[in-house]
Amino acid sequence: MDYFLITTSLLKIVGMLFIVILPMVSYSVYAERRVSAFMQDRLGPNRVGPAGLFQPIADIFKLLLKEDFSPRHVNTFYYWLAPCLALVPAIITIAVVPFGSTLLGVPMVIADINVGILYVFAIASLGVYGIVLAGWASNSKYPFLGGVRSSSQMISYELSLGLAVIPVFLLVGNLRLTSVVRYQIEHGWMIAPFIGDWMNLGKWLLAIPMIISFVVFTIAVFAETNRLPFDLPEAEQELAGGYHTEYSSMKFALFFLGEYAAMISGSEVIVTLFLGGWHFPGIPDGSHGWIFGVINIAVFFAKVAALIFVFMWVRWTLPRFRYDQLMRLGWLFFFEIALVNIFLVAIIVAYFRF
Amino acid sequence: MPAYLFWIFALLMLVFGAAVVINRNPIASALNLVVSFLSLAALFMSLDAFFVGIIQVLVYAGAIMVLFLFIIMLLDLRVEKLRKINWVASAGGIAVALALLTQIFYVIGNLKAARQTFPPLARSTIDDVRNVGLALFGNYNLPFQIIGILVLVATIGVVLLSKREVR
Repeated sequence: MDYFLITTSLLKIVGMLFIVILPMVSYSVYAERRVSAFMQDRLGPNRVGPAGLFQPIADIFKLLLKEDFSPRHVNTFYYWLAPCLALVPAIITIAVVPFGSTLLGVPMVIADINVGILYVFAIASLGVYGIVLAGWASNSKYPFLGGVRSSSQMISYELSLGLAVIPVFLLVGNLRLTSVVRYQIEHGWMIAPFIGDWMNLGKWLLAIPMIISFVVFTIAVFAETNRLPFDLPEAEQELAGGYHTEYSSMKFALFFLGEYAAMISGSEVIVTLFLGGWHFPGIPDGSHGWIFGVINIAVFFAKVAALIFVFMWVRWTLPRFRYDQLMRLGWLFFFEIALVNIFLVAIIVAYFRF
Repeated sequence: MPAYLFWIFALLMLVFGAAVVINRNPIASALNLVVSFLSLAALFMSLDAFFVGIIQVLVYAGAIMVLFLFIIMLLDLRVEKLRKINWVASAGGIAVALALLTQIFYVIGNLKAARQTFPPLARSTIDDVRNVGLALFGNYNLPFQIIGILVLVATIGVVLLSKREVR
């Protein structure tokens, strides 16, 4: 048994989960409220602690101490199972994402498997069970409609999600996420492949399909995480709250946290695939000293935080789509754009021999 | 991977596979099948076949079973739950299954290869995704393209059949 590997992996898992992801989830709820307040010229939560910073902790206590009420008409086992299934896939996606270079010689990724991105898709596709089961087990009309909506939405957008990343792997030639980051360090970030090679026409041409694929992927992530403008499964005006209408207290909170965890893991995947991962021009990797290893991790999470801000910005700016518009957008536009994009990249790669 | 993990996942797969048949609730059956698929994926991964294992989760557990669940929920099959068990038919089914099982055990027991111990599999060092791709687009390119055409024809057929009503 390799005790060093086991200890460091355990440390990484526990550290990632309890020091990074869970606080990040609860503080992105706080950030969302502050950002939305800022955008609507309000103040937002600012009473608990300095600038309202202890608000998430107060919220967690409120949710934990509330009465946990289950309606009598629900299907008890699945009613309890659904919130867990909504939160777990969102969190275990993070296992394959490299969140730093190396720290004291230990690679900062929990599981560096050779099918990294397929693992992300496989786990993300399991996320739909939580929502569908919540809708069905509630035994009530509106949650059921929300569950059905979300499953069809997630299945539709998984296609464009999968097709949009193929250009990245056409360039990298490998499904391992650490080699995607390695490639971006050597050849420039995926959305700006011309960096460091300014006079190369092929790199400038390549930037066009890469930006298209970045946009398609990001919008598909919005749809996969059920965020506005695609939050049809929980459209309050039509569905009285959607799939979690019948849930209360901590079970409701798990759905809520699941949505934010999915947003965080989605941002991490976007950062890794298109925005250079933990790399920032001019900062060396962790082999040059532990301080750089820490800075790499900080750079990664700064990028993730910036993307989460974009998520919130979009949510408080755009109105919700109608359901048929959502489906048309997914099937008639993004699917085709992503498909044509693959051919574009393939032609450019074949012509310029990258 | 240590042997006890193989036994755990193999047992999980069989137990949940049996639960698919035994459960009266179609939704419960579908979910049991998902867990069974996940255990099968774990077994693939224990052989270092990460690609096959992940594809098992992605295609079967993630896509096909979601569609199954979707359709079961829309159909709302309460009849299945209320139906009484036909004991004669069940006994017949169990007898056939047992006969098949003894037959399989007998055949395997008489195989010479089954009685010798095999050396443990070597850890693979090559990229299995690359290998699958090379095999599909190199050696088996023509069958692969033919299957592609076949699937395309089936898709067009489905679209045509579902459009006819609207007109």
